[in-house]
Amino acid sequence: MFAMIPELLKVNLEQRVSTAITNREAAVDVMKELQRHYGWLTDEALEEASELLGLSTLQLEELATFYEMIYRRPVGRHVVHVCDSISCWAVGGETLLKSLAQLLEIAPGSTTADGAVTLLPCSCLGNCGEAPCMMIGERQYGRMSLEAGTQLITALRNS
Amino acid sequence: MEQILLKHTRPGQCLTFDEYRSVAGFVALTNALTTMTPAEVQQSVIDSGLRGRGGAGFPTGKKWSFVPRDLPGPRYLICNCDEMEPGTYKDRVLLERNPHLLVEGMALACYALGVQHAFIFVRHGYEQAAENLRCSIAAAHLSGFLGSNILGSGFSLELGVHQSAGRYICGEETALINALEGKRANPRVKPPFPAIKGLWGQPTVVNNVETLANIPAIITGGPLWWKNTAATPEAAGTKLFCISGHVVNTDCFELPLGMTLGDIIDGPCGGMRPGSIFKVCIPGGASTQYLTGAHRDVPMDFDTVAKAGSRLGTGGIIVFDQTTCMVAVTLNLIRFFARESCGWCTPCREGLPFVQHTLERIESGRGEPQDIDILREHVHMLNYAFCALAPGAMGPVDGLLNHFEDELREHVSAQRCPFKGVHTC
Ligand SMILES: Cc1cc2nc3c(=O)[nH]c(=O)nc-3n(C[C@H](O)[C@H](O)[C@H](O)COP(=O)(O)O)c2cc1C
Ligand code: SF4
Ligand code: FES
Repeated sequence: MFAMIPELLKVNLEQRVSTAITNREAAVDVMKELQRHYGWLTDEALEEASELLGLSTLQLEELATFYEMIYRRPVGRHVVHVCDSISCWAVGGETLLKSLAQLLEIAPGSTTADGAVTLLPCSCLGNCGEAPCMMIGERQYGRMSLEAGTQLITALRNS
Repeated sequence: MEQILLKHTRPGQCLTFDEYRSVAGFVALTNALTTMTPAEVQQSVIDSGLRGRGGAGFPTGKKWSFVPRDLPGPRYLICNCDEMEPGTYKDRVLLERNPHLLVEGMALACYALGVQHAFIFVRHGYEQAAENLRCSIAAAHLSGFLGSNILGSGFSLELGVHQSAGRYICGEETALINALEGKRANPRVKPPFPAIKGLWGQPTVVNNVETLANIPAIITGGPLWWKNTAATPEAAGTKLFCISGHVVNTDCFELPLGMTLGDIIDGPCGGMRPGSIFKVCIPGGASTQYLTGAHRDVPMDFDTVAKAGSRLGTGGIIVFDQTTCMVAVTLNLIRFFARESCGWCTPCREGLPFVQHTLERIESGRGEPQDIDILREHVHMLNYAFCALAPGAMGPVDGLLNHFEDELREHVSAQRCPFKGVHTC
C-alpha cells in the first residue's frame, strides 16, 4: 500500500486526519487531495483513503458517488464545467455549452479522444451576476461570450 | 442608504485585517467580552429583529434561545456557506470583500451561545472565499481575538473551515451536519432539532453567512439603530440582494430591507436592458414563486413578500424579459432540483423527474390537457417529501400554474412553444 502516493502527500494527509475531531470529518478533504494527485478518484486512491481514515471503502464510496466534484471515472487533463442553471440559461448558457461541445466534437458529459478535455454541465457556480459562467479546474470565468469560450478551450487543448 | 456589510469594501478587493481593525473592526467583540454577558449579547440580537438570511427568515435570537445551556458536553455553531441556490451569490461577494465581519460575527455568536468550536461550511468553487477566511482566522488568532482565553475574558474559541465537494442539499441544515461529520448528506429527521441534537449529537446552531456578519453592527450600533436601517418600520436591517437576468446591472447590492421590487429594479439594477421589457422575476433564489409586474410595489421584506404569495428567500432576484418562455424557465429550474435531489425519499426522487418529463413534453409540443392537472397534483403531493427541497422545487411550478396558466395552455393547444424563434438565447 501507498506505493503510489509520495511520502510528503501521505504525511500531509495523516496530519489532516490527526487534527480532525473524528477521522470521518476529514474524509472529503482526503479524497479531494488524492483526486488532485491522480486526476480522478481511482480504486487505489479509495483504498488509500480507506486506510488513512480507518473507514471501509463502502463508507467512502457512499460519499464519493454523492459529490459533484469527486470523479469516480477517469477525466481529461482539464475539466471544464459549464453552468446550466437559471441565471446563466437566461443569458445564453445553453448555447455556450452546445458550441463548446461542437468545438470539442464530444457530447456534454464526455472526454475528448486525446484525453485533454472533459466537458461537464453543472449546477449554479455562485457567480450568477457574471452569467454565463464556466469553471476550468478550480478557476471561475464569467461573462463568457462564444468567442471568449472558444478561445479558452482552443488554448486549453493545445496546452 | 446605510451600508453595514459592504461598507468600506470595493469590488474585486479584499479588505485586509489591518484595514478592518482601522474601521472599528473587533470593537464589538472587545466591548462584548469586557462589558456584556452572553445573555445580553443574545438579547441584543433578539431586540434587533434580525431574521435569518439563509432562506427561511427564522428570527436569529429566538433560534439561539432554543439551545439548552445545561446539557453536558460541547455545543457547536456552524456557518452555512453552501450557497448553491441558483441566482444566489451574496455570501461569496461578502467573503471575497470582507471575511473579517463573519469571523467577528461568529465570535460574538459563540460567546452568546457558549460555543468553543465552530465551523464554516464552504461550497466547492468558493476557493477565494475559503482562502480569505483562513487568512482572517489566522490573523485574528495572532491578534488574540481567537484561541484560548480571548482578551483575558476566559472565553476560548476555535474556527474551522470545511470545504465541500458540491451538492445543493448540503445547504439544508441537517444534511449539512451529516456532510460535516463525513457522512452522506441526506437530511435527518426533525425533531430532534439541531438546537437540541445536532453535530455529533450535541446542541448546534446553523446560521447563514450574512446573518452572522450582521452581529458586530448590532452590538456596536445598538439593536434599534441596526433595525432602523430598513426602509419600513416592520422590516429590520439591510439585505444583500444579488441580481441576475435581463437588467442592466447584474451585481450584488446592499439595500434596506423593505425597499419595493420596482425601486430595486429601476434604481440599483439600472432598469431593463435595452430592448427588454419586464415580464417576471424570481425574488429570492430558484425555489421561490414568480413575482409579476403586478408586484412592483411589494416591499422586499419577509412578511410582505410572503403575503404576495412568494418568499424573500436568499435575496437572489432573477429578472426575465418579454421574450422568455415560462414553461422553459420552470423546466430549467425543475431539472436543477431533480438532479440535486438527494434520493433519500420516494416523492422527491421519483416525483421531480416525473414533473421534469411532463414539462419537457409540454415545452416540446407534445403536452396534453391532463398534464396540467398532473402538475397541479404534484404541487400538492410533493409537500409530503422528507425535507424542504421538494416543496421548494415545486414553488416555480406552482407559480407557473398561478400566473401563467394561459401560456401553459397555449403550449398544449398549439402543440408547440409559442416563444420558439422569438427566444434571444
Ligand atoms: C435544500 C435546501 C438548501 C439550503 N441551502 C442553504 C444554503 O446554501 N445556505 C444557507 O444559509 N441556508 C440554506 N438552507 C437553509 C438552511 O437549512 C438553514 O435554514 C439556514 O442555514 C439557517 O440560517 P439562517 O437562520 O441564518 O437563515 C437550505 C435549505 C434547504 C431546504
Ligand atoms: S425531499 Fe428530496 S432532497 Fe429532501 S430528503 Fe427527500 S429526496 Fe432528499
Ligand atoms: S446560475 Fe450560473 S452561476 Fe448561478
